[in-house]
Amino acid sequence: MRLPSRRRPQPPKPRPQSSIAGDEPGASEPRASEPVASEPRATELDRLVGWLDERTGVAEVARVFLGKVFPDHWSFLLGEVALSCYIILVATGIYLTFFFAADSGTVTYDGPYVPLQGAEVSAAFDSVMRLSFDVRAGLLMRQVHHWAALVFVASIVVHVSRVFFTGAFRRPREVNWLIGVSLLLLALAAGLTGYSLPDDLLSGTGLRIVYSVAFAIPFVGPWLAYLLFGGEFPPSELIGRFYVFHIMLLPLLMIGAITVHLGIVFLQKHTQFPGGRATETNVVGRHLWPGQAFRSVGLFFVTAAILALMGGIFQINPVWVYGPYVPSAAASPAQPDWYLGWLEGLLRVGPNWEPTIFGVTIPSPFLPGIVVPTIIFGGLALWPFIEARISGDHRDHHLLQFPWQAPLRLAVGSAVLTLFVVLTLAGANDLLAALLDVGVEELTTALRLLAFIGPIVVALIAYRLAIEIRGRAGRPLGPVGGSVLRRTPDGGFEEVE
Amino acid sequence: MTQRERWIERLVAAAFALTMLSGLALLAVYGLGGQTQVEGVLLAICLGALGFGIVVWAQELMETPIAVEERHALASQTGPAVSKIMDEEAGFTRRTLLVRMLLGALGGLAAALAIPALSLGPAPGRELFVTSWAPGRRLVDIDGIPVRAADLEIGSAATVFPEGDAGSAQAQTLLIRVEPDALRLSPDRLANAPNGYVAYSKVCTHAGCPVGLYRAPDHMLICPCHQSTFDVLQGAIPVFGPAGRALPQLPIAMAEDGTFTALGDFPEPVGPAFWNLTS
Repeated sequence: MRLPSRRRPQPPKPRPQSSIAGDEPGASEPRASEPVASEPRATELDRLVGWLDERTGVAEVARVFLGKVFPDHWSFLLGEVALSCYIILVATGIYLTFFFAADSGTVTYDGPYVPLQGAEVSAAFDSVMRLSFDVRAGLLMRQVHHWAALVFVASIVVHVSRVFFTGAFRRPREVNWLIGVSLLLLALAAGLTGYSLPDDLLSGTGLRIVYSVAFAIPFVGPWLAYLLFGGEFPPSELIGRFYVFHIMLLPLLMIGAITVHLGIVFLQKHTQFPGGRATETNVVGRHLWPGQAFRSVGLFFVTAAILALMGGIFQINPVWVYGPYVPSAAASPAQPDWYLGWLEGLLRVGPNWEPTIFGVTIPSPFLPGIVVPTIIFGGLALWPFIEARISGDHRDHHLLQFPWQAPLRLAVGSAVLTLFVVLTLAGANDLLAALLDVGVEELTTALRLLAFIGPIVVALIAYRLAIEIRGRAGRPLGPVGGSVLRRTPDGGFEEVE
Repeated sequence: MTQRERWIERLVAAAFALTMLSGLALLAVYGLGGQTQVEGVLLAICLGALGFGIVVWAQELMETPIAVEERHALASQTGPAVSKIMDEEAGFTRRTLLVRMLLGALGGLAAALAIPALSLGPAPGRELFVTSWAPGRRLVDIDGIPVRAADLEIGSAATVFPEGDAGSAQAQTLLIRVEPDALRLSPDRLANAPNGYVAYSKVCTHAGCPVGLYRAPDHMLICPCHQSTFDVLQGAIPVFGPAGRALPQLPIAMAEDGTFTALGDFPEPVGPAFWNLTS
């Protein structure tokens, strides 16, 4: 059966209803892209848009697009910072590929860095040394790339936290939440693979740990590890393979996910905080053009400026200090990039249980390296559904909540962040022990306890606080009641009200 | 134009001028041979002034009134369900056999396409359980030079490899010298540790890092990655940290000339555990 109406040309879509929130409701102002009849002659821009429109009909799309309304709040810019970092990562990353050699073959280093002259290093390590010491602006680009990667993950984590604590993930935005969690995981994978490419001692040790944790996956562990790494550690294919992951596979998956992520935001329209004229059925904010567009572009350049400054001034990942990877040497103290510190911490505080039951050995990294991260990321991904199940709230929400309006969510989120902090500290337990001048054994035992007690205590406090604030009609800083006293001339006090 | 607007316009113009100047300065620094810190600062000024100018321009000089846009229901309002159209036009419900077979075919195709992916890595084999140590292989250092008894003081350790496989990641071993009567091992294991020279796998049984630190006063081997601690005197059993198994002991013998030879491979697999470790 055919439905004739489907093939009929669609009438032009009306422009989204928008009005200026001024004193005269309904008064509309001509937008820059609207054809203005009273204008006597066409400008260059008119001619260009006209030329394109006659061939593509793009003007209508652009009109809807440019007139889109976006709510204004500083916390909505966190995702944009992440997007800016992604663009900077791609740009600096492409530059780095011109100089990087994804080759595990051995060469003798003969560059200007004296301590390593004559050392047998991999061609990959050699190319990173060359990029850092011989290519003008090469070290700057490399360091900007690394800093951008750290800030990228940080901005994603803060963005996810904002979305979480304000309940922006609630129906109808569960799909975009899942895409966001995937992007976080892809960013972590991109960070790990990129960090490994210089083939230095620190990253080589890190990869050895990842490979070993993969071994702990039930039964298929060694097979998966071999498929991923290309054979027994350290495989000669490793650099070339991780290079493909890092510059091709992961960036492609990420740009696909980012496109869908933003497309869904566009279709669903952004959430907004309650207050003013904001309701569940409207969006109050500024048009994309010029208000939001200029700010976003400006924000991109400011982000880029900060990363350029960090890349220029703050040293990051000095591979010449670590030296090339040698399987029988260990870097100590060895800390991964910040976003993997908590996983390292999990491994450090993990119990030494390695039972063999009916001929099956459960490796000790299984619980901290496989089970706990799976629960944390699984819980994160499924949270919108878990919360809807608990609260029984299956309605659409376009107005955001303040964190204290959902005490359970606040408690769970605070507990996870506390766990993250404790585990990150545990990931540096050797440095911390030296810093505090205590034994690493005692500190590790204390952190084990803290990893359980800390999140529970913080969750209880957060829950209690949220109930308190909610009870005061959501005015955390408002008047708290009581009475006003005035000092009398004779030194006493009297109540004013 | 108000006084304030004029002032802001000048500020934005100055920011853009700063972008131009710092760009030129960056070019000059590059031409003079480059200097990472100066390049970073100039690039930051170049980008930052541009961003600042754009934001101030948008914020202060552009008409960006607060607008209100209505939300419309997200669910499609009209027409029959897409699934109905898809189904009726293609006739899926009428041809159940073909639909089932098509799904089966797609499954077969997926399997066929997955097969090349299996070539990404070899199947794990005996190398998970054995190393290149074999009876009669001498203990050499990373440069391939045989290690001699006199090279080691009491309370010191050396990294050794099988002769012909120096630098091996799997076979790397620690040779430690302690007081001859200090070792508390079973008699058969003690026989494999002549005169207080005892050899343990250097691959940590937790996550595979090289167990690189030897704390001589209490005879502890410590993995720098996760601080697993192994007691050298008691057969390298784990006494602290996340490792759950002892480091396997390499049976060795001392030759007349003071070099060492392996009496065989490690009795157990080295390195991190996996589920079918004991099979």
